[in-house]
Amino acid sequence: MKTVATYLAAATLAALPAPALAEAGDVEKGEKLFQQCKGCHQIGAGATNRSGPHLNGLFGRKAAGLDDFRYSKSFQRAGVGGLEWHAETLDTFLENPRAMTSGTRMSFRGVKKAEDRTHLIAFLRQFSDDPANIPEADPTAQGIDHDLDPAILALVGDPEYGAYLSGECTTCHQAAGSDDGIPSITLWPEDQFVVAMHAYKSKKRNHPVMQMIAGRLGDEEIAALAAYFKDLEN
Amino acid sequence: MTLNRRTFLGTSAIAAATLAAPMVRAQGKPRVVVIGGGAGGATAARYIAKDSKGSIDVTLIEPTRTYYTCFFSNLYLGGFKKIDDIGHSYGGLAAGGVNVVHDWAVDVDREAKTVTLAGGANLPYDKLILSPGIDFVEGAVEGWDLSAQNAMPHAYKAGSQTELLRAQLAAMPEGGTFAMVAPPNPYRCPPGPYERVSMVAHYLKNNNPTAKIIVADPKPKFSKMALFQEGWNNHYAGMVDWIGDDFGGGNVSVDPAAMTVTIDGEETSVDVCNVIPAMKAGRIAEIAGVTDGNWAPVNAADMSTKADPDVYVLGDASQQGDMPKSGFSANSQAKVCANAVRGALTGSKVFPAKFSNTCWSLIDTNDGVKVGATYEATEEKISKVDGFISQTGENADVRKATYEESEGWYAGITADMFGAKA
Repeated sequence: MKTVATYLAAATLAALPAPALAEAGDVEKGEKLFQQCKGCHQIGAGATNRSGPHLNGLFGRKAAGLDDFRYSKSFQRAGVGGLEWHAETLDTFLENPRAMTSGTRMSFRGVKKAEDRTHLIAFLRQFSDDPANIPEADPTAQGIDHDLDPAILALVGDPEYGAYLSGECTTCHQAAGSDDGIPSITLWPEDQFVVAMHAYKSKKRNHPVMQMIAGRLGDEEIAALAAYFKDLEN
Repeated sequence: MTLNRRTFLGTSAIAAATLAAPMVRAQGKPRVVVIGGGAGGATAARYIAKDSKGSIDVTLIEPTRTYYTCFFSNLYLGGFKKIDDIGHSYGGLAAGGVNVVHDWAVDVDREAKTVTLAGGANLPYDKLILSPGIDFVEGAVEGWDLSAQNAMPHAYKAGSQTELLRAQLAAMPEGGTFAMVAPPNPYRCPPGPYERVSMVAHYLKNNNPTAKIIVADPKPKFSKMALFQEGWNNHYAGMVDWIGDDFGGGNVSVDPAAMTVTIDGEETSVDVCNVIPAMKAGRIAEIAGVTDGNWAPVNAADMSTKADPDVYVLGDASQQGDMPKSGFSANSQAKVCANAVRGALTGSKVFPAKFSNTCWSLIDTNDGVKVGATYEATEEKISKVDGFISQTGENADVRKATYEESEGWYAGITADMFGAKA
């Protein structure tokens, strides 16, 4: 297995020096590409942590560097091992996230085209300057778009019931939070979990297994699962 | 014998267990014995130990030290997995508080509520969970019995049999014939024989492209039939000859010494013959006296047997209703059972039963398909609620994603059964 250190060494050998990598990209194209990240990561003024950490001030941040986000053990180890986010480390990470941090909960296969990564990095770079200069950008993601009844979002779930119901999830989604081909669902913000499950239930999200599983869960059950998974840390 | 500390520590495990039993009972710590460490038993043992936080004594009886999953064993035959990829140890369960005993359970006394092990020990239980998988019906395929399993492997309990079948496949002469005798319903893993045909065909296409596959099947149709037949046409045109019941596929006998298969009166010499006989519940279920015919009827709400409310049967061995006999089903049933058993023994909350199943099959590289359903408990049986199946003609990206999802599921269910890898 390649270690973070190997990747860091490989990254320093990359053809483009760091500033060039960040500047070579097209910010507007990067903004479009960022659409696929918005479900989990907020960026821009007022951005907060969601399933993933917010990405303001990312450049120069140590891996697992935010105090108020619960990172996977893989990321914590990478941070202790000295991984810091710069254009070249981001480039390596974004190409194949799980190659760099095998136990990440980030359910994302990576950006295969080097050019696209350059655009994304250029976009991200904008939000790492002086906080006062962070643009009021549209990508201040508000989570996933939804028209869910606020009463459903306001339901308080019973985590004990959620623990029982979670047995139906953990046949595929690992309780330890690892993603080996099926997305991680641990430590999600409750509202995001509820929105996602209702999107499957109403068949707005496409996946036959998830549509079937969510399809027969009641509002209370979804709330219970959300209440359980939000704190599940192994 | 004078019982001092030294001699007490020196006594055998059996004697110690006998001596300790009344004391433990007096303390009121309930005992669960689980027989069989597969998708049903390992999951049930792990969940009861985990969720009871030490308030229930859980013992798992499983003869093998390394468990090879039947699911994904076809992918080993096709060369997509190594044998070690499908082998799992029980260290994670032991670390999770389960007392893992590697021995055979040879008897169950439901009056005395004890299980006898081949090693001689008698284990008392308050609740007994049987998850013994399958055994084969004697005389199901004329000419075949277990003594012929080296000449004609079943490879339907994963491990040495699977490795043997792979070795025989690799040793086939150029242009040779691979025969399969498929089982009648109901049996473990409904798409399993047909995924196996696909994986054997994949191997032959790359290593022995003029070889043939004959399947003698006592059924007129089978799980994911349209998907498999489409895949065989697309990937392995002309290689697979499936002979269903309409063409005498059920009228079959074999001669392991001569390596011949006779289908509907016509004798064929074959190079490899994979005989998958009719199945029944693992023998211990019958010994325990909880079977009726080949299987053990259970109550859908908690998987307790119709014969004894303190004996539960999970997975393939159970006769529960609509769920297919699969690792996913056994894992799902185990969690319902674990919740009910814990509730009965400690008074913890018991939630209503909910079951689900999904079976993925691989047809060729990156060509995965799946079928799944949800189920609920009714008075009468486990009853299907809703389901889906992959469509014929799906594009390559969908099929690739389905295969990748199956790999994620494998990692997920094995972590759910045996505990997450450290």
